[in-house]
Amino acid sequence: MSTPAAPPPPRKTNRIGLDVLSYKGSKTTLCAGCGHNSISERVIECFYELGVEPWHVAKFSGIGCSSKSPAYFLGMAHAFNGVHGRMPALATGALLANSTLLGLGVAGDGDAASIGLGQFMHMVRRNVPLICIIEDNGVYGLTKGQFSATADLGSTQKGGAVNDLPPFDCCALALEWGATFVARSFSGDKKQLQAILKTAISHRGLSVIDVVSPCVTFNDHVGSTKSYAYMKEHDLALNELDYVPAYEDIAVEIAEGEAMDVPLHDGSHLRIRKLGHDFDPTSRLAALAAIEEAETKAEVLTGVLYVNTGKPTFLDLLNLPPEPIATLPESRVRPSRAVLEEVMEELR
Amino acid sequence: MSSLEVTPAEPLSVDAGRALVNDFSLQVATVNGSGSQTANTVLMRAIFQMGIPVSGKNMFPSNIAGLPTWFTIRASKHGYVGRRKEIDFLVAMNAETAREDVMKLEAGAAVVYDEPLKLGELRTDLHFYPVPFDKLVAPVCPDAKLRKLVRNMIYDGVVAQLLGIEMEEVHRALVKQFGKRKAKAAELNWGAAQAGFDYATSAFTKNDRCRVERMNLTAGKIIVDGNAACALGAMFAGVTVVAWYPITPSSTLVETLIGYMRRFRVDPETGKATYAIVQAEDELASIGMALGAGWAGARSMTATSGPGLSLMAEFIGLGYYADVPTVIYDVQRVGPSTGLPTRTQQGDLLSTAFLSHGDTKHPIFFPCSMEECFSMSIQAFDFAERFQTPVFVFTDLDLGMNNWMADAFVYPEKPMNRGKVLTAEDLDRLGGFARYGDVDGDGVGYRTLPGTNHPKAVYFTRGSGHNANAQYTEREDDYIGNMDRLAHKFETMRGEVPEPARELRAGARIGIVAIGSSDYAARESCDQLEAEHGVPVDYLRPRAFPFTTHLAEFIRGHDRVYVVDQNRDGQLLQLMRLELEPDSIARLRSVRYYGGMPIDARTITDEIVKQEAK
Ligand SMILES: Cc1ncc(C[n+]2csc(CCOP(=O)(O)OP(=O)(O)O)c2C)c(N)n1
Ligand code: SF4
Ligand SMILES: [Mg+2]
Repeated sequence: MSTPAAPPPPRKTNRIGLDVLSYKGSKTTLCAGCGHNSISERVIECFYELGVEPWHVAKFSGIGCSSKSPAYFLGMAHAFNGVHGRMPALATGALLANSTLLGLGVAGDGDAASIGLGQFMHMVRRNVPLICIIEDNGVYGLTKGQFSATADLGSTQKGGAVNDLPPFDCCALALEWGATFVARSFSGDKKQLQAILKTAISHRGLSVIDVVSPCVTFNDHVGSTKSYAYMKEHDLALNELDYVPAYEDIAVEIAEGEAMDVPLHDGSHLRIRKLGHDFDPTSRLAALAAIEEAETKAEVLTGVLYVNTGKPTFLDLLNLPPEPIATLPESRVRPSRAVLEEVMEELR
Repeated sequence: MSSLEVTPAEPLSVDAGRALVNDFSLQVATVNGSGSQTANTVLMRAIFQMGIPVSGKNMFPSNIAGLPTWFTIRASKHGYVGRRKEIDFLVAMNAETAREDVMKLEAGAAVVYDEPLKLGELRTDLHFYPVPFDKLVAPVCPDAKLRKLVRNMIYDGVVAQLLGIEMEEVHRALVKQFGKRKAKAAELNWGAAQAGFDYATSAFTKNDRCRVERMNLTAGKIIVDGNAACALGAMFAGVTVVAWYPITPSSTLVETLIGYMRRFRVDPETGKATYAIVQAEDELASIGMALGAGWAGARSMTATSGPGLSLMAEFIGLGYYADVPTVIYDVQRVGPSTGLPTRTQQGDLLSTAFLSHGDTKHPIFFPCSMEECFSMSIQAFDFAERFQTPVFVFTDLDLGMNNWMADAFVYPEKPMNRGKVLTAEDLDRLGGFARYGDVDGDGVGYRTLPGTNHPKAVYFTRGSGHNANAQYTEREDDYIGNMDRLAHKFETMRGEVPEPARELRAGARIGIVAIGSSDYAARESCDQLEAEHGVPVDYLRPRAFPFTTHLAEFIRGHDRVYVVDQNRDGQLLQLMRLELEPDSIARLRSVRYYGGMPIDARTITDEIVKQEAK
């Protein structure tokens, strides 16, 4: 046949000329249907859509199914898969060394709410500029289904065992400790999670994102409060979110009282439209009250709970320069002979 | 009050014949929190300024105020600055321990004491100098609240008069100690010192043996503690990220570093810091931050002691398997929890050499002096980046927190060795890289730093399961390949660690091996064995683990080799055994001390003499 083959359709690329493949990682080894996989998908989409150079991203994680997931997105980003619960320390050290990195941390609920609770707390206290995604399934997936500290009181294990302890709510804890961006989402809510992730990419400071992410293998049964079915019933979105990137610069008229516009560090905006509740996402107290109230009604409150763009980050507090201190030239990190002589004279 | 028996002894005649000129130990017994540190430092400095080699050791309790503490100054014209067990001159200021302190002295020693303690009745074979401190302090310090602090300076004056320390030097030391900003306090204290001097002049006839005479052995030298020396070493090594959690005896290492970094590492043009120091929430976090920073290309460090190392174990294993550089200072002390945390020991050797789980082994540097604390710190940072692995620098409470005399530190001549790091330009040229491939045959792969502006720069760092391309794997051949590379890397280190120090004597058939702070006692013991027993002894001091080939050679060249350990189980000897042939192992003998004080020469000498007699 002599009909010429149709030219391949032009490759779809983002504003920095990369296709979506450039944002993928290796093939997931997690269970099919695992909520963590959906979160990875959202990460890929968000970084692709915003045109972030992946090699300026540094991924950090602890240990767990969740912590494996950084291998399955942003394959062109550096990554450090550390030890169980200690993602915050690794990320903190790396970001101090190189403050130009865009840090993305993934933790399981075992990492964040149990073995690494202390590190999680102190990372919040320091306002380390990091996107921290807690992939929250209420169980230890990788060790085969034990309850985690976020499992709800009275929820059951697959084998029937009942959880007799009340849960930690990672969002409430982060709010208490002074986090600057706190949101909750559900791995099944594509639009909401995207808006939250994009906001986190633009936020200067720590973003704590607790994503309910069902474990299909160990915690998706009747009696679980972290299952797909339970979330479909009980997910209550606080607000409708619209992320407007800086480069789009569309001026949208917002009617008074209808939505709130939060300008972010990099020039982008988050538009928060209230849903039902009269809720102010710049008030920590309001957020804590809303969580408390939802708890009594067995609702899982999702959306942006709190945003504060004015607090200094740990890098600011340490008076770090804009360039990475890790690679400052010798002339700037090794004091002169005269300095050594001065100190020696003091000790003579 | 202790109820020690008073042993009748020969009454004293004047001991002038056996004068101890520039060769004695002076101990001040006080209560901690009483401000005696200043008086003690001034006394030590004044002797040092007269050109006489000195060292100052503080034996303090794990407590903030109210418990006994002893400060011992050793003056030695021979330059021996290790601990000496015998005390020749005691200043007894602490009612609680005074009787026991006095009863422990050897006949002929001198005692300056607070008059109301009535120590003079205890023994007839000592020289007593009672001083009415309270009476003397009142006129020179009208403010009653300050008297407790100023009172101590009186014994400086008394001791200066009795030993022949020049008061100008006391004054100079005092001014230095207080600095320009505290001129008033210096004046007040100077008055107290003079009052002590005048009292001693009028009240006492000198009849003990201790005396100082001006020498010229300290010109140009400094006095510093090991923690400060390590801190300076780290600063001049170009450290940029420091994460730590306070623990005695390592805290002052970082605290001193903070002071120096604030002065010398803030960019004068931009006003920005060229470093980050973080007091972490615990040691799990401090080592994690140090590793995260090392991974991101910073010269990073942490400083801790044994209990902290225990907490760091897991992360350090990850650093080993994933080839991440950092420097870990371990200022060793006695065991976990309460008891003797403020006493010294070399007790972390075995647990650290193989810290973490699986087949891990780590390089450890053993500085023995202030000069080495400085220079080996700089080497350690180069070494960590050269070999992309956690490197330990071991000191101990004796080195770290006591005052040592040293030569002025030498400015590093060599530029920093940042190791094998590929830049974006390298990647353009190479087209890619295998993170854990052993291209150069030394077991060390090439790495890139996160943030390198190149799509090919990235790699994924993870624990034990990765292949040469840093990809996840659970294959046995990949695992074995990586473990063999790490083992090979360790062997490469063996050829590049600092070589041992040696002191050889003609005709020596036996040898001594010691590390770190045991050096002073070991070398003094070599002199004792030759002078007192006519036995020449060779000495070798490994300066790092893995041991170099010199160690095995040294052992093969001697009939018996005494290995000095400041721990109960002979950890250095045990570690040596693991690397030696049976014939060499058979030549090893153990000398151990583990009482929590710095080891002294006499302990080593006595033990060797005892074992040689068998
Ligand atoms: C120090 C340490 N203790 C225990 C473990 C075993 N372990 C591996 S993953 C895990 C829990 C994972 O749960 P989570 O963090 O919730 O992640 P998930 O698998 O549910 O995503 C545990 C306890 C470990 N790896 N390290
Ligand atoms: S065990 Fe659960 S958490 Fe782990 S991959 Fe499977 S579904 Fe996901
Ligand atoms: Mg989990």
